[in-house]
Amino acid sequence: MNPGNGRGVVSSVSSRVSRKSSETVPDQFPVGLRVMVVDDDPTCLMILEKMLRTCKYEVKRCSRAEEALSILRGNSNGYDVVISDVHMPDMDGFKLLEQVGLEMDLPVIMMSADDSKSVVMKGVTHGACDYLIKPVRIEALKNIWQHVVRKRKNEWKEVEQQSGSADDGQPKQSEDGDYSSSVNEGSWRNSKRRKDDDEDGEDRDDTSTLKKPRVVWSVELHQQFVGAVNQLGIDKAVPKKILELMNVPGLTRENVASHLQKYRLYLRRLSGVSQHQNNLGSPFMNPQDPGYGPLSTLNGIDLQTLAATGQLPAQSLANLQAAGLGRAAIAPKSRIPIPVVDQRNLFSFENPKLTFGDTQQQPQHLNNGGKQINLLHGIPTNMEPKQLVNLHHQGNSIPAVQSVQSVHNGSYQPQSRVQQPMGNYNPVSHTSPMINFPLSSIYPLPNNPAKGGFPEDVTSEMKGSTPGFVPSYDIFNELNHQQKVHDWELQNVGLTFNATQQANNSIDVVGTSIVGSPHQAFPSSSQGSGLSRNASVVHANNNNNAISMGQHHMSNNNFYHENNPVRVKLETPLFPEQFGQDDLMSALLKQQQGGIVPAENDFDFDGYSIDNIPV
Amino acid sequence: MDRNQSHRQVATMKQSLFDQGYLDHEQFNQLEELQDDANPNFVEEVVTLYYRDSARLVHSIEQALEKSPIDFNKLDSYMHQFRGSSSSIGAKKVKAECSLFREYCRAGNGEGCMRTFQQVKKEYTALRKKLETFFQLARQAGPVDRARRPK
Repeated sequence: MNPGNGRGVVSSVSSRVSRKSSETVPDQFPVGLRVMVVDDDPTCLMILEKMLRTCKYEVKRCSRAEEALSILRGNSNGYDVVISDVHMPDMDGFKLLEQVGLEMDLPVIMMSADDSKSVVMKGVTHGACDYLIKPVRIEALKNIWQHVVRKRKNEWKEVEQQSGSADDGQPKQSEDGDYSSSVNEGSWRNSKRRKDDDEDGEDRDDTSTLKKPRVVWSVELHQQFVGAVNQLGIDKAVPKKILELMNVPGLTRENVASHLQKYRLYLRRLSGVSQHQNNLGSPFMNPQDPGYGPLSTLNGIDLQTLAATGQLPAQSLANLQAAGLGRAAIAPKSRIPIPVVDQRNLFSFENPKLTFGDTQQQPQHLNNGGKQINLLHGIPTNMEPKQLVNLHHQGNSIPAVQSVQSVHNGSYQPQSRVQQPMGNYNPVSHTSPMINFPLSSIYPLPNNPAKGGFPEDVTSEMKGSTPGFVPSYDIFNELNHQQKVHDWELQNVGLTFNATQQANNSIDVVGTSIVGSPHQAFPSSSQGSGLSRNASVVHANNNNNAISMGQHHMSNNNFYHENNPVRVKLETPLFPEQFGQDDLMSALLKQQQGGIVPAENDFDFDGYSIDNIPV
Repeated sequence: MDRNQSHRQVATMKQSLFDQGYLDHEQFNQLEELQDDANPNFVEEVVTLYYRDSARLVHSIEQALEKSPIDFNKLDSYMHQFRGSSSSIGAKKVKAECSLFREYCRAGNGEGCMRTFQQVKKEYTALRKKLETFFQLARQAGPVDRARRPK
């Protein structure tokens, strides 16, 4: 394929040089389509590769999902489509599917010798573009390019709609002419640039123009997204408004729309899982308890920092908090099972997977000071009991968090997030006394309120941490484990926590960060306790922080159950930070009774000792 | 003439493999179609790779069967892989036995698994022998002519 330059297309397109396909004329699409095929069976892999090459595609094969992910992350715009086997030893194909879809927004085709309806359905629900039954015929592979085109076309359509599309029918997409929409960076910024540049390259064929620069949903971006969604309320979150709230130049409505779709899917899955476990259901999504409003502000700051830094998985936060507090991991009563698992995911974020790029930051942030870790203490994150324990041992050592992560490879993202926030906050618990509040006591809170609270937690998380919140990844990881649902919850926890903290430290951050990590699925049961925890915390600390603690619980629990996007609404005034202790306490108590647990419930995390979380 | 004869021999043998159900003609033909100048021995290479990989799987399965209690999930997973690669080269009989094995596996029937596994091994060995003969013939006849070059 010609690098496109020849065609007058933006020469930047040619930057894709890496692709031989660029050598070919765009009109030859799908020639040169860049395919990544993942399968642990060497025989199949060899045959597939040969078939794809016969179709004149460019092929990269991997026998391990992890390897594939790191390659994709390293070269975000380097591939057009991914084909993956379902059964793989190192990672479930569906998990890979989710992660790729979320992180890179690439069409993924699943394949397996298993043609049972349930498995195929699973592929559908996880967002696979197609499902091929093995042994795969070459004819089936010849048409895979349609998925690439379709995806781009849909994205463009949205863009057009959004912009009042004058370009209908125009190769607007021609940004790069080549299939690799992401011309160089593959980040959304590209799209913007491309749009400007590409106007010249309009001569590319429609198919090639369909390639839009792919937006890379970095952790930060995702956090912003989550924050915006929470703010609007998951039910009311429409791409247009989200886009406005996010205010990210170059991001298109369609980017947001497709991301929102995935996010909703994720939440739905979480809720499905959490429902089993907790019954909280949506309560936590309850938005926005008025009381918590202020929290968000506080939390927002910290959380954002956290969020931005890394996607400190809720769990990590929780763990950290737990560690700081010296408490056992949050032990949400009922639902713990979920969160526990998630936490693992959260922690795993430590792995380089963090593609969001914040990875590096995390360690730094985390290390900001032991303090930061303390913050986490208060936040009941989904951290698994083990993780929390680790944290404990380590104290503020962020490393603790990190070590935890390795547990789960899947959740690469969330974990990083968690870590980062650490840095930002001032460990609420410097004194840690507050964090120690007995989780059990907190749990007594009826779920009802918690429910309400959770959603808030979630939202609160979102809000605060928007930047740092990278739910997407966590979500996927969680989903795998089911516990993922919890992650969301945890996230809230972090946020809520912050609210209270404001006085002391940026616990807010903690809260927020936690939210981000879907891993944190905290059993909602703890919600109740969460509230109480806050109360206790308050006493312990000397202030506001206490409330947040309790709230975390709430949020955690609710969050999971919610699954509904509602949860996302963290924006609610979850952040109790601003409340005076007394206020918070009463608010918390009310929530419990009233069933409206402000998002702040996120703090519930604190209440839970991770150990209790029944995995 | 020799060449034609050799080719005919190859074709005949191939047909008999199809007729006897050792190989699935559609799948095997697909593989042959992939063979070209760049990879003149593609089919043989794939099959060799299959031998290697499946030998490893067979070994794992044997070990798993010897354990007690039997981990059926693991067995099922191994067999799923084995079945998948067998089907990709068109090993029909082997694939069928694998499916049967998995049935016993799912039922938690250790005895059934062991019995079926013997069958799997039998078919696998038989196929391997036949294919070795086949490839020998094919190599003698000249790989180039053997495969249709889609190009």
